[in-house]
Amino acid sequence: MIPESWYLALSAVLFTIGVVGVVIRRNPLVIFMSIELALNAANLALVAFGQRTGSPDGQALVFFVMAVAAAEVAVGLAIIVAIFRVRQRLSVDELSMMRW
Amino acid sequence: MMARAAFLVIAGIAVAAALALVLRRNTVHGALFLVVNLGCVAALYLMLGAIFLAAAQIIVYAGAIMVLFVFAIMVLIPGKEETGPDPRRTWRLLAAPLGGALLLELILLVVGRTAAPAPTGAAPSDNVAAIGRLLFTDYLLPFELTSVLLLAAMVGVLLLARSREGSAEPQGAGPEASVRGSAKPQGSEPEASLR
Repeated sequence: MIPESWYLALSAVLFTIGVVGVVIRRNPLVIFMSIELALNAANLALVAFGQRTGSPDGQALVFFVMAVAAAEVAVGLAIIVAIFRVRQRLSVDELSMMRW
Repeated sequence: MMARAAFLVIAGIAVAAALALVLRRNTVHGALFLVVNLGCVAALYLMLGAIFLAAAQIIVYAGAIMVLFVFAIMVLIPGKEETGPDPRRTWRLLAAPLGGALLLELILLVVGRTAAPAPTGAAPSDNVAAIGRLLFTDYLLPFELTSVLLLAAMVGVLLLARSREGSAEPQGAGPEASVRGSAKPQGSEPEASLR
């Protein structure tokens, strides 16, 4: 049996990689994929926690996270495509229009 | 012992794929590395006995969402955005110590908190039935709200991806809107590639 802390440690590592990816990359698509990475790490931790009690509640929660992530990806990619249509470039450094 | 070896191999592949996604320049390769990572996480779900989630992970994430990603990458002409020198390189180097601090914090939390009792995993055979029962009894309202959320996302995507010129047509009814919503990437492809 694999100890629960192994799963949680892996989840922490993947989440950190996702956060670092969001910070260091300039391409909004890669930033989006890094967010998916972090979401998946959180899902893994949820399932690992759910295994402790033996009830499937944690897995139901992960199911909802997946549904919300699907909606988020659809809307986010549509926004990126719309921005690209207007500006013809794709770098988050140039998207400072809505900053104070 | 076998299970631990398998876990270490899968975890190693997952971490390597995640690092490749973040560090490699090529966006399409990054998407494929993310698929590898999602597959590894699905394998870990299987090892945890979460059969339903493993299947949903493959179908929803590695199937639907990643296809959408690859489509968007193809539409948006990969490799044209991160070629020049980074004007904010010094700031971005700060990500290394910040990431290290975050990782340390998370690991400390994990190690400190889990004095785990013996895991009493549910029998894998009735896993899907148990989740289905839970979703349609205790979590019925969130489940229905999820469908509303997906519908709202679909309509929003439709609105965002609509071309400015062809906006004369009226908003369709439900079934028609769903068809057009699912056909969104195909609809937006020719315009971007024309330029």
